[in-house]
Amino acid sequence: MNSLHNLSLRQAAKALRCGQVSSRELTQASLERIEKLEPALHAFITLIPDLALEQADAADKLLRTWRKDPQDDLPPLLGIPLAVKDLLAQANVRCTCGSRVLENFIPPYSATSVERLLNAGIVTVGKTNTDEFAMGSSTESSAYGATRNPWDTDRAPGGSSGGSAAAVAARMVPAAIGTDTGGSVRQPASFCGVTGLKPTYGRVSRYGLVAYGSSLDSVGALARTAEDIVPIFEQMAGYDPRDATSMNLPVPQITLTDNPDLTGLRVGVPAEYFIEGIQPEVETAVRRAITQLESLGAKVMPVSLPYTEYALPVYYLIAPAEASANLARYDGVRFGVRQPADSLLEMFHHTRGAGFGAEVKRRIMIGTYALSAGYYDAYYGQAQKVRTLIKNDFERAFEQVDVIAAPVAPTTAFRLGEHSGSPLEMYLQDVFTLPANLAGVPGMAFPVGFDSQGLPVGMQLMGPHFREELLFRITHAYQQVTGWHQQAPSLS
Amino acid sequence: MSLTLSEVNHIAKLARLDLSGEEKEQYRQQLSEILEYAARLQAVDTSSIPPTSSVLPPRSVLREDVATSSLDVNQILSNAPDAAGNQFRVPPVMD
Repeated sequence: MNSLHNLSLRQAAKALRCGQVSSRELTQASLERIEKLEPALHAFITLIPDLALEQADAADKLLRTWRKDPQDDLPPLLGIPLAVKDLLAQANVRCTCGSRVLENFIPPYSATSVERLLNAGIVTVGKTNTDEFAMGSSTESSAYGATRNPWDTDRAPGGSSGGSAAAVAARMVPAAIGTDTGGSVRQPASFCGVTGLKPTYGRVSRYGLVAYGSSLDSVGALARTAEDIVPIFEQMAGYDPRDATSMNLPVPQITLTDNPDLTGLRVGVPAEYFIEGIQPEVETAVRRAITQLESLGAKVMPVSLPYTEYALPVYYLIAPAEASANLARYDGVRFGVRQPADSLLEMFHHTRGAGFGAEVKRRIMIGTYALSAGYYDAYYGQAQKVRTLIKNDFERAFEQVDVIAAPVAPTTAFRLGEHSGSPLEMYLQDVFTLPANLAGVPGMAFPVGFDSQGLPVGMQLMGPHFREELLFRITHAYQQVTGWHQQAPSLS
Repeated sequence: MSLTLSEVNHIAKLARLDLSGEEKEQYRQQLSEILEYAARLQAVDTSSIPPTSSVLPPRSVLREDVATSSLDVNQILSNAPDAAGNQFRVPPVMD
């Protein structure tokens, strides 16, 4: 088999079980694919081939024993190569967060999400590129250079989990872990034509996820299909005493059937997400996908989220405010790159001035201002109140419908550098993804077509808190009857 | 909404950020633009609306008050830019 990298996660797991392929072979195929395409795409910040092969050999040993006596259930991810966004700690592997200030940081512990996947026997091939501290929508703010979109290498893969999305789209790995604070899993999934889940806030532990906006951050996953994300989600989810915001709720066992019948499900379509300025081809593809859900039996009805237009200003006050507090820790004292100075205060200023890139400094400045004496009530306080109204919008909508369907982003992948002159223009990219983070609801992005330039279009489903299984069920049904998710970019 | 350079200096000082003259001017313009955009929130009547600081239902999170293991000192210090003994070393706090 010379095209092992083409196997989906589910296919790879099946081939491993019946002994058609070893984890070492899968891992080598993944590493070779990365070696070949990395110069053109730059999806990774750090590669760890030696560790990956070591993990693969350990998995193969377990698989051999299991095949001789296949009684107990094997963890479904055993021996599967995955990539981890470089915003999540993996013990003894460099974690840069896309920042110069953490260029040399080697965490002594793993994030709970990563640890649970490692315990399930995954193979980690490397840490994927991200906008610096996840602050961006294109990976262009990474201090290690931008990732390129596999569908058109002059274009951005989206962000901030752009490295993870590009790696999955380019068949470097069957799946990757990402994080989503304002759309950072869903928007790159949409731009790169893959499927991405942002779970409910509190569903997956944030321990070891380097904090950006603590009331918004979530750990998610990207793969080619919703079905492939299921075992990753089930493994990562669940209560963790090390994260006080992780909820002590049972993790649903998600069983997907081949029957795509959606009879009885109500899909809401919010007018506020089909606004002027949206690329017409995006609207066409998303509306066509909604019609497809209707033809599978779902009842489609209009729904209103009237405070949607305020999500952008609310997010761009709350997230920077939380970031300005969270990033205070990069002061050159305990870890990271320290700039020499004669006094402690000077060291803080030099270290942070030299260590952070332009976008991170910008958001720290916005957040510091919004929290500063005299401005707190007008900016941060007011944003928190409007956040309540946005959250109420969703609660009211979910009294009428089971899920909400909408575009992921107003456009398909933009060109690298296209929005780099204007921060506000870049922030507008997040207009449809921010509300789910502000309300804490889960979202699933998946491909529903292409524009005239051959760039993928994504749709997102948003569901009530802790109802990820609805998103899996509907996306899986859609992927049973359509082929958009099977399209691959042509890369030599 | 237009920030002055002295306001930018003040924010940068609060945030412990060294900024070049060019950066300051750039952030003065960009922050003014962003804050002006954010000012549209003032139009929303929130007089009877409580703030949301967490989307989760309010609850207390308590654990038993028992000692558990943690990382050892060497692991913690392994990333330190400078350390002496079992401590982080920094430049003088005061002249």
